[in-house]
Amino acid sequence: MSSGYERRTKQQLAQRVAEDIFDGAYVNLGIGMPTMVANYLRADMDVLLHSENGLLGMGSAPPEGEEDYDLINAGKQPVTLLPGGAYFHHADSFTMMRGGHLDICVLGAFQVSATGDIANWSTGEEGAIPAVGGAMDLAQGARETWVMMNLLTRQGESKLVERCAYPLTGLGCVKRIYTDLATLECSAEGLRLVDMVPGLDRETLETLVGLPIAAARSSVQA
Amino acid sequence: MINKVVTSVAEALGDIQDGATVLIGGFGTAGIPNELIDGLIAQGARDLTVVNNNAGNGDQGLAALLKAGRVRKIICSFPRQADSYVFDELYRSGKLELELVPQGNLAERIRAAGAGIGAFYCATAYGTELAGDREVREIDGRHYVLEYPIKGDVALIKAESGDRWGNLTYRKAARNFGPIMATAARTTIASVYDVRELGEIDPEAVVTPGIFVQRVVPVPRSVTRAGGFKS
Repeated sequence: MSSGYERRTKQQLAQRVAEDIFDGAYVNLGIGMPTMVANYLRADMDVLLHSENGLLGMGSAPPEGEEDYDLINAGKQPVTLLPGGAYFHHADSFTMMRGGHLDICVLGAFQVSATGDIANWSTGEEGAIPAVGGAMDLAQGARETWVMMNLLTRQGESKLVERCAYPLTGLGCVKRIYTDLATLECSAEGLRLVDMVPGLDRETLETLVGLPIAAARSSVQA
Repeated sequence: MINKVVTSVAEALGDIQDGATVLIGGFGTAGIPNELIDGLIAQGARDLTVVNNNAGNGDQGLAALLKAGRVRKIICSFPRQADSYVFDELYRSGKLELELVPQGNLAERIRAAGAGIGAFYCATAYGTELAGDREVREIDGRHYVLEYPIKGDVALIKAESGDRWGNLTYRKAARNFGPIMATAARTTIASVYDVRELGEIDPEAVVTPGIFVQRVVPVPRSVTRAGGFKS
């Protein structure tokens, strides 16, 4: 880019999301980029990761050769269980997700609207094999739904939109959007800036997104 | 005397009818009762409706049942996987009907069937195309969609240990849908690696009490293989 700012790398974005996860939080990290957030959680905090297939207190990947495919994450990849972790069946797992017991879920998205609608399960493409998994349950059920994504598509179009064009996952459920250029809050009133990468200004960001973005609250470091 | 232990898979599955709704436990390859599915292929029942979280991995287990042309309809949450090519082909060629259900609705509809609940309202999928044209109700300022139970004629589940009264334990995340499916079918058939004497399974550790299980079949221990993702 010719401008005077640099995008957050995937690692920096994961680190930025991890900064906002508090000690004691129960968290579900969606398949894909959100799983990277686990690498940046502070070791001196107890953050309990939930996996939809019946794990609480999920640990990192096992060392090579020690994979146990009865112990996998939502992406079906081998994981471990922390001391103090628990196994449970699907109805209990989705009670945790749908009953407001998870503090935070972090999801990837194709599009998010300024008022917090999310589209992340289907591109609506003709002939595509559909799959929804637990995305709709998480989006609706967690106390806070955060989205982690690049702000722009490869074609340079904003994934933050006035109204989602892709099939919806949930209505008005996203609270925060962490992107490679800025962190934003969404609400019924629209978008509000939380922070952005050095060298980027709010006017430029509004131009990229094509929507009004309220200034960050003065108590929040911009 | 109650003795639910049957000695062979063939004996356990003998009475499954054409057109049956079969609940099959498992998430990816974890908890898939491969021996029971192979037995169902050999048994020959056709025109089945299968309920599972996914739609088969690779060529084994559920994928083999689909490939054998025994399934008319599948009810699942996540058919598309890196190795779901058997399903993909059948779906694209219109040979297999799909009911796509959000995973929490799938679990809760199965749980509801087991608990004798006629229907329930839930927030998942409200405002999305997966809510279809089902009734919507506003309760306490939030929108909910009416969902109906999923009952099985048969449930095929994989457990770790069992006894002759049908008490079951599971292994790690292979538990997943097993305990709820066991409650939701008229005939629940569980494969186990170990048959224990009554009292050998710690009552505090029983996950599925025997009342939910009709048949327990011992199978040789095998290691769960990887599946469902690109390695």
